[in-house]
Amino acid sequence: MVAYSYVLKYNECMNTIDIKRVAQLASLPITPEEEKKLEKELTETLDYIATLNSIDTKNVTPTSQVTGLVNVLREDVARPSLSQEEALQNTKSAHNGFIKVAAILNTD
Amino acid sequence: MPQNDNIMKLNELTITQAKEGLQKKEFSSVDLTHACLKVIEKAEPKINALVTITKDQALKAAQKADTMLANGDNLPLLGIPTIIKDNFSTIGIKTTASSKLLDEYIPPYNATVVEKLEAAGMVMLGKANMDAWAHGSSTETSDYGASKNPWNTNYLPGGSSGGTAAGVCAQETIYGIGSETAGSIRQPAAWCGVVGLKPTYGRVSRYGVIAMASSLDCPGPITKTVEDSALVLQAIAGHDPLDATSSPSKVPDYLRDMKKDIKGMTVGISDQYFVDGMDEEVKKSVETAILELEKLGAKIKKLTLFDPKHAIAVYTILQRSEVSSNLARYDGIRYGKDRSFFGNEAKRRIMLGTYTLSAGYYDAYYKKAQQVRTLMVQDFAKAFTEVDVIASPTSPSLAAKIGASSENPMFGEIADMLVEPSSIAGLPGINVPCGFAKNGLPIGMQIMGKQFAEEQIITVAYAYEQATQWHTEKPHVA
Repeated sequence: MVAYSYVLKYNECMNTIDIKRVAQLASLPITPEEEKKLEKELTETLDYIATLNSIDTKNVTPTSQVTGLVNVLREDVARPSLSQEEALQNTKSAHNGFIKVAAILNTD
Repeated sequence: MPQNDNIMKLNELTITQAKEGLQKKEFSSVDLTHACLKVIEKAEPKINALVTITKDQALKAAQKADTMLANGDNLPLLGIPTIIKDNFSTIGIKTTASSKLLDEYIPPYNATVVEKLEAAGMVMLGKANMDAWAHGSSTETSDYGASKNPWNTNYLPGGSSGGTAAGVCAQETIYGIGSETAGSIRQPAAWCGVVGLKPTYGRVSRYGVIAMASSLDCPGPITKTVEDSALVLQAIAGHDPLDATSSPSKVPDYLRDMKKDIKGMTVGISDQYFVDGMDEEVKKSVETAILELEKLGAKIKKLTLFDPKHAIAVYTILQRSEVSSNLARYDGIRYGKDRSFFGNEAKRRIMLGTYTLSAGYYDAYYKKAQQVRTLMVQDFAKAFTEVDVIASPTSPSLAAKIGASSENPMFGEIADMLVEPSSIAGLPGINVPCGFAKNGLPIGMQIMGKQFAEEQIITVAYAYEQATQWHTEKPHVA
């Protein structure tokens, strides 16, 4: 059902934006005032970038980065990295040499 | 330490002059560093170019440099003070990207550029202010206050490397390091009347630079002269195994052909880069500068290029999409504060980028933008079969007044339309000062080249610079 309503929205108007949903996807806490402001600003931006639709890109390969480099690998050899101490030095939530996070698995 | 007021103050030297003076033992690195720190103390309340001043570390590094100089060591930038944009990780020294979210973040490692500069003997005076997360073209989005344009402190220095440009322009330092995604080196350099060099994408390692848009970010120098920018580029360019898009191509000697004359070189210009509504004085200044290139022996050729107006949409989508991905790592768990500490501009960009990458919209936006990007790459490649370099205004306007950027959600992208095309195509570009407006604000011209053509754009910029006096002008800040 959710997917269907998104398809509808897409066909109705390319330039409406579901701010609450996008904020959820982006894990961004926003206030109701920010919601209104962002909707206006982002709609403005979307209208602007709609100008790209006038350019014919049929059969054009996308460029993700311009170097032409692919599959850049390194030797599969273990090397020194950050120490555990260094890796933890900026967290506010350390416990016994680990980073403590909110529980995500619940056995109840 | 020289006491004579008639001698140029040590902080006003270029890298070339400072190196010579150090070699001839006319002054020491500690002298240079003290001179810069003194000016920083006086100018910072007005300019706000720096987030962090590393006075003790700087003097220690200067002392070490003086010992090495006495031993005959000849590292490329030995003992020369610099400021570094605050998105470059510096081990043990707070690195904020000018965002409150990172205002307690202390990197446990150096960016590769910082490692290379240390290997070259640098003395770091401090970390320079910027638009927060590099999101901007004014430095107004900094959570530490906007930097001011040293030519007139009611105006902005540009951005996002505005702190670096302002610091170099105000003679707080000998040189500076910035980064550019689209315009963030060249535009503040233009607005502050200094030299800004954006290298080819992949020429300088992005490792340890707080990422904005991974397919576009380019670290580069902001300096007082073209020669200085070549010296810095020489020290920081090169392949880095820690950056997967870092180019394995050999780094040439950027100074070797710098002083060659430009007779017979073909400089392309395009009417589309002299956009409607651009500032008349900027237009006239750059047109005059191009005539100067002709006087110096270059052939000027008119080109039709992909309309830079389209670059705005392409860049907005690519950049904001990649920003949304890169800023996803700021979860407030491993480092930094939680995501509610993002400022308005960061929120805007994350939201737009999340939308353009989301299911159902990815093809219409991100994929489409990448396809247009291909067309732009091809357009430039074709142009560079007809010309050696392309010249144009760097910015269609003069420095903006403080407050200009706040209510326009696309301020930055529109202001940067003349630099976005070359950024999208990953090409190198250099801003060189080419005049002043009646109100005293600087004007800049940019020279763009094909991939890895830094030598050519440096040669053209050097020839122009040496035939003019703009680079000798300094603002009166005190």
